[in-house]
Amino acid sequence: MSAIRTGLAWLPRALLLGLLAFVIFGPLTNLLLWTVAERWYFPHALPSQYGFSFWERVFSPRGGALSSLSNSIIVALLTVAVALALAIPAGYALARLKLPFRALILLAFLIPQAFPNLSVYVNVARLFYEVRLNGTIPGVVLVHVTHGLVYAVWIATAAFAAIEPELEEAARSMGAGALRAFRDVTLPLAMPGLMASAIFVFLESLDEFTGSYFVGAPDVNMLPLLLYSAGAGGNYQIASITALLLLIPSIGFMLVVERFLKADVLAKVGH
Amino acid sequence: MVQAGTGSGFLALKGLAARYGATPVLSGIDLAIGKSEFVALLGASGCGKTTLLRAIAGFVTPSAGTITVGGRDVTHLPPDKRGMALVFQSYALWPHMTVAQTIGYGLKLKRRPQPEIARRVAEMERLLGLEGLSGRKPAQLSGGQRQRVALGRALAIDPEILLLDEPLSNLDQRIRLSVRHEIRELQQRLGITAVHVTHDREEAMVMADRIVILDQGRIAQAGTPEEVYNHPASAFVAAFMGAENTLLLAGRRNARHFMLHESARNAACVVHAQHSTLPDGPVEARFRAGAGELLPKAAPGAPPSGTLELWGEVLSTSYPGGLWRHSIKVGDTTVLCDAPRAFAQGEPVKLRIPPAALFLFAARPAGAPSLPGARPSAARKDSTPEPSSQPEA
Repeated sequence: MSAIRTGLAWLPRALLLGLLAFVIFGPLTNLLLWTVAERWYFPHALPSQYGFSFWERVFSPRGGALSSLSNSIIVALLTVAVALALAIPAGYALARLKLPFRALILLAFLIPQAFPNLSVYVNVARLFYEVRLNGTIPGVVLVHVTHGLVYAVWIATAAFAAIEPELEEAARSMGAGALRAFRDVTLPLAMPGLMASAIFVFLESLDEFTGSYFVGAPDVNMLPLLLYSAGAGGNYQIASITALLLLIPSIGFMLVVERFLKADVLAKVGH
Repeated sequence: MVQAGTGSGFLALKGLAARYGATPVLSGIDLAIGKSEFVALLGASGCGKTTLLRAIAGFVTPSAGTITVGGRDVTHLPPDKRGMALVFQSYALWPHMTVAQTIGYGLKLKRRPQPEIARRVAEMERLLGLEGLSGRKPAQLSGGQRQRVALGRALAIDPEILLLDEPLSNLDQRIRLSVRHEIRELQQRLGITAVHVTHDREEAMVMADRIVILDQGRIAQAGTPEEVYNHPASAFVAAFMGAENTLLLAGRRNARHFMLHESARNAACVVHAQHSTLPDGPVEARFRAGAGELLPKAAPGAPPSGTLELWGEVLSTSYPGGLWRHSIKVGDTTVLCDAPRAFAQGEPVKLRIPPAALFLFAARPAGAPSLPGARPSAARKDSTPEPSSQPEA
């Protein structure tokens, strides 16, 4: 009896793993198939004709994919630069100084996420019209920064908090000024965490739709907008190809995270 | 070597006080440390010794008082402008820097030319036995090697004052004993002024020219190892210096002597003038386990003049090595005493404590705080000893 039980013990685990694999890779396979499907009608399980003609359409000058892609990347890079420029001093202060309302301040960065995006961005768009930021890259960057800052600040705080203040004091004791000690000791040691925060912000920006739509479109077109209009128009091929483009940085991100992120940094996020 | 107590005051602390929030940690610290002097700050954990060191280093801002180095007021200078180097208890080595980068860091900050830095780093590595480890990072070093890298980093910049915050406490016992002597020898050879924080009495005794014993943020006593060991100024210092046997006796003062009255557990005894400041009434007698001579109760002969004789009964014996340790019931207290031979359990004995090993202190009036060991629950703010937290010998 017990032999049978142990003999079949692997079964639930195998089923669970299989289910998990299906949940993760099923949609991805579907997506990949759509990117190379020329024709795929309802009752058929697989496309009836394969080809790359939609890739040509997406990457043709009129397809707008390349300009959207470059817009998306420029905005994402600028967003990372601005968010880090704010998050490094903020994260350091939050980690080092015993601020009385530290937890509260950390929570405050969540506020942009706490309200429905639509109502916030409609108002932002109205405001930006008045100051002529609407339809400009700085406008979109600004919106993305408010959105990504929560990740940047939380992760930067965790990265700085993971560094023993004594390491910095040791540099001070050797004759380094406060800034020099920060540059020589704290910053290099916090770098893995800051890299992770940069990647998070980069991906958030790449993915962001609502703000890009209200503030950017139609003058500044971003990749998610292209994806949305293709999807809404029932053009699954173009939507899938765009989605695939968006997927590339995500996979790169996972590889980099695995390489750079230390467990002790992650453990301190939000503390 | 600089004579203790008469230091020229190269590093001088005057009325130094520090607090964390509303809690005072240090108060009224006056200390003058001579050039090339090695001073140990000794105390139980929480006595403020590390805070004092960090105040000297510039990482704690004093709430009152001044710190001067060679006559220059450094009280409000940042740590990097004080010409001191601190060796941390945790070593605080930079995980991303190699041994050579770490030792050379201070010189790099001083913009010394690269060849000079390389020469000095090599010299430090040779001095500290770190040859061949230049390219290693802290994670690839043993505890003892890390400790020496931390020391090398501090010594490389030729600091006027070397501050050591329990640098040996993370080393295992055997290495610790040899590193004590290495640091002491280096300090003497290089003529550095050093302040060393420790909770280890023996370490302080072995390394320092002068020991400063701290108790609850104040200096309980400062003096050479020999002074604080043989002439403790208070019951706290005596307890901290290993005189853990405590007896309450009564006595009376006359012009030049102090008379201990005879009681059921001790013979009358006249002690010499060094105790003539004791008031009439109860006194607290303290002595070390190794200080007394243990004899059978029936042994003939009177004790030499000035020697206190106690009568008691052996409770138990043990052999910690070298001498037999006896636990002896004297009246209602138990004392420890070493003897070259084992006495039988229950055997009546007499215990003779020579005057040099007997420390007498005015006993605090009944009800008032506080007798070491028997701590009343009453709140005690500034009262003295806290010997319940003893140093690990």
